[in-house]
Amino acid sequence: MYGSGMLKAFGVTLQNFLRKPSTVQYPEERLQQHPRFRGQEFTWYEERCTGCASCAKYCPLGIIKIVTDPSGGDYQDGGSYRIDQFDIDQARCMYCGICVEACPYDALHMGTRFEAATYSREDLVITIDDLRARPKHPSAWFRPQLAKEGFDPFTEIADWREVGRETYFWHPKRPEMVPEDLAQKASSDGDYDKSQDND
Amino acid sequence: MSLHTEPVVVNIGPHHPSTHGVFRMRVTFDGENVQDVEPVIGYLHRGTEKLAEERQYSQVITLTDRLDYVASMTNNQAYVLSCEKLIDIEVPDRGKYLRTIAAELQRVASHLVGVGFFLAELGGFGGTALMYCFRERERILDMFEMLCGARITVSFMRIGGVFQDAPEEFWPALRKFLDEMPGYADELNKLIFESEIVQARTKNVSVISADQAIDASLTGPILRASGVPWDIRAAQPYDAYDQVKFDVITAQGGDNFDRFWVRMLEVEQSLKIIEQCYRDIRSGPVRSTTSLLFRPSPGEAYVPIEAPKGELGFYLVSDGSIAPYRCKIRSPSFISLTLFKEMLVGWKLADIIVSLGSLDFNMGEVDR
Amino acid sequence: MGEALAENIVYRHVYEFILSVFGSELAWLAYAIATFSVVLLVVNVLMLLATFYTWAERRLLGRFTNRLGPNRAGPFGLLQALADAVKLLTKEDIVPRSADRWVFNIAPIVMLGSVLMAMGVIPLGEKTFLADLNIGLLYLVAVSGLGSIAVLMAGYASANKFSTFGAMRAAAVLISYEIPLVMSLLSITILAGSMSLIEVVNSQTIPFLLVTPLAAFIFLTAMSAELNRSPFDITEGESEIVAGYLTEYSGMKFGTFMLAEFAALMVAGAVFAVLFLQGWKWAILPSHIWMLLKVGLFALLATWVRSTLPRLRPDQILTFAWKFLFPLSLINVIALSVQRLLLADEFGNLQQQDMWLMVVSNWILMVVAVPVLIKITNRKSGIPFGESAKFHVGKGV
Repeated sequence: MYGSGMLKAFGVTLQNFLRKPSTVQYPEERLQQHPRFRGQEFTWYEERCTGCASCAKYCPLGIIKIVTDPSGGDYQDGGSYRIDQFDIDQARCMYCGICVEACPYDALHMGTRFEAATYSREDLVITIDDLRARPKHPSAWFRPQLAKEGFDPFTEIADWREVGRETYFWHPKRPEMVPEDLAQKASSDGDYDKSQDND
Repeated sequence: MSLHTEPVVVNIGPHHPSTHGVFRMRVTFDGENVQDVEPVIGYLHRGTEKLAEERQYSQVITLTDRLDYVASMTNNQAYVLSCEKLIDIEVPDRGKYLRTIAAELQRVASHLVGVGFFLAELGGFGGTALMYCFRERERILDMFEMLCGARITVSFMRIGGVFQDAPEEFWPALRKFLDEMPGYADELNKLIFESEIVQARTKNVSVISADQAIDASLTGPILRASGVPWDIRAAQPYDAYDQVKFDVITAQGGDNFDRFWVRMLEVEQSLKIIEQCYRDIRSGPVRSTTSLLFRPSPGEAYVPIEAPKGELGFYLVSDGSIAPYRCKIRSPSFISLTLFKEMLVGWKLADIIVSLGSLDFNMGEVDR
Repeated sequence: MGEALAENIVYRHVYEFILSVFGSELAWLAYAIATFSVVLLVVNVLMLLATFYTWAERRLLGRFTNRLGPNRAGPFGLLQALADAVKLLTKEDIVPRSADRWVFNIAPIVMLGSVLMAMGVIPLGEKTFLADLNIGLLYLVAVSGLGSIAVLMAGYASANKFSTFGAMRAAAVLISYEIPLVMSLLSITILAGSMSLIEVVNSQTIPFLLVTPLAAFIFLTAMSAELNRSPFDITEGESEIVAGYLTEYSGMKFGTFMLAEFAALMVAGAVFAVLFLQGWKWAILPSHIWMLLKVGLFALLATWVRSTLPRLRPDQILTFAWKFLFPLSLINVIALSVQRLLLADEFGNLQQQDMWLMVVSNWILMVVAVPVLIKITNRKSGIPFGESAKFHVGKGV
């Protein structure tokens, strides 16, 4: 019969009228975020960073600026360069996460926040002090070890010892960089995974 | 008695409520009838092809997200497939399946956007069908967030697979979506396609014949709506498409209604494909060991894929360096606009908006 | 105004109060102030209803589209209309340089005026009306036509092509839909035997919605076309011509237009209630509440339609009016006339059982006439909106 299609359409809208709203009231309620969320505000572990600048090299936009100071470091014996500057220009960042993927020492992680509005573009540049000062909520993006532990990046804070793929991060010259039990295990097994030690 | 009237030139766009981004039409109207129309593009030109030449192969993936921002997954897929052909590596099975699932989810999402705007363009309250479609699309985007932490600019696929295996929470969400989506698709059918007003407005409007469509090298749902059963997923299977069974949807009319109708039916087929992948996927590695940085030997590669909007391919030329020497993007949206004038001239003001919507183009991809 | 208004409770109290203060030699002042206060009351009630309805419609549309709608300003977002008004008032009032200033500025006032004038004859409850005109229905038609003139003025004066499109479409819709509308009012006149709205209500022993469903259908369709409501909202079709005649309006001029539109919807609801739903009459509850509920029902229906149906093309809207609604309304008028001739007694009155007979026959008429007419209108596809056809475009334009 003519008009039945329109009547069905009325039925659909009525059905949705009675359905629970699909929206959430944002500041009070929030959608559930997922551990791999690639948010603003990078999480950086200075203890892990060697200043190799892989992240800067692989950034598609070239917005990471790293200045290192090799003088005075005991890097022949496993120490790393002193990092003077670590600027990330968030205003241009597209949160692709390739810097995190490129980091061989699991020192740089995506953050989990997304409400970092500022009044000027200058404020969007993250400096090394910001990175040091910020609470460490590393996202599980490209860090399967975090997800495996059931780590919730939105509420929990991770120490630098907890975030790495330690078996390969462990280096004979730097035993103090990993928790002791892991280090012992690694040194006794000798499972220093060279294959992952890429550039 | 005849009254002397003059045609009026109206600029529709680049900021018009329903021109799909910054698209501009210079339309010559005789009353409500369209006498002439001229598309003006380029407002969203970002030089992606040139940018790609200055970046390493793995970095270009992030650029492809921004081409057709309604369907980033398939852009990723097209690019990495070409790269893989260029450096000749195999993708592990699980990686292939994950890619197929992600691409089909993206197809559903993209078609939902297309169909959702259909009713808004027809002049219904711009929220009803759109909200219903976006509600379902939201679930797909949520699954993308589980997969790769981003909803729109996914950067999920990598050369040699996908960047990481799907998390555990992804599979129950996918199952739930597969179970519930057919019901919602049925709702959309009732709301949009069975409504007599929609049929009166769109049937036999802006007809593209099969010959015309082939001559203009149209692809995707637009071509299939004209009755040409051409689908690259079936004709030249890539990833896991040779492992799944699905129908190539065609319609005979080639009009506005059929173009949307084909999209709606393709959503069902996509769900079917995802269902099979969900059933068949086996554990294993998802990515072959490829460094982020590599130097392919000089040569060229082109792998077309069936993106939601049609054939999408990246023609890559390597000169042996770390970045492509040339990256030509064959974007379906741009080519869909070929028959623009033939489609719109002779119809009415209210029709051209819908005809434009039926092309389901995306300015990010047209201007690149 | 005189006698009918004098029965109004507000009028009487104000009148007596002023007489008691100033004495009976100032009766003219008391009359003026009392009348004015009643007019003010009615106008403000209408405006309040309209502003309330802007909120209600957005909430309802929100629920129809699976959202919540505005819920931030005040409890349940009830103060949303106030917030909107403040926003509109503080906005810059822009008049395009090439606009026809006078017409541009007057158009919103004309629009609002036409709506307010219509309120003059509509009874809002028992003994609550400003005037009992014996040509009330004619007056309504005349006044509601003014609103479309305002749209035409706005579209012409804006010096914007989209506005002109909107204005021309409004003119076409006005010309086409006024006829079915008048026809449906005519059928009411035939039934009630009077053009006074009070008489119409009093003669409804059975709601006229039941007695003449065709007239109700035609009235609803034509009214939604006159009000620019979906599916006939081509005048400001946002997906095609941006905002139609409203494109160049900003600030409170825009606000006035919107307010007038919503007020017009309220007025249309009131007219529908008066003509087809026995007006204020019903059991138990006070008459004003019944009137409000009936207007609310109409508004809910309008919102539901808006959320569901897409817009028709202008040519289809005209086809629908001339080829379908117009013959249908003629059939209805003829049928009602014949029924009245046959059934009325020697004094020209219809008895209750005659009314029931008309109910049955008119429903049968509707079920038969509508499909047949659809078939006749469009033999090929059976769609009363007309076919889509490509226009031949000549060379050398």
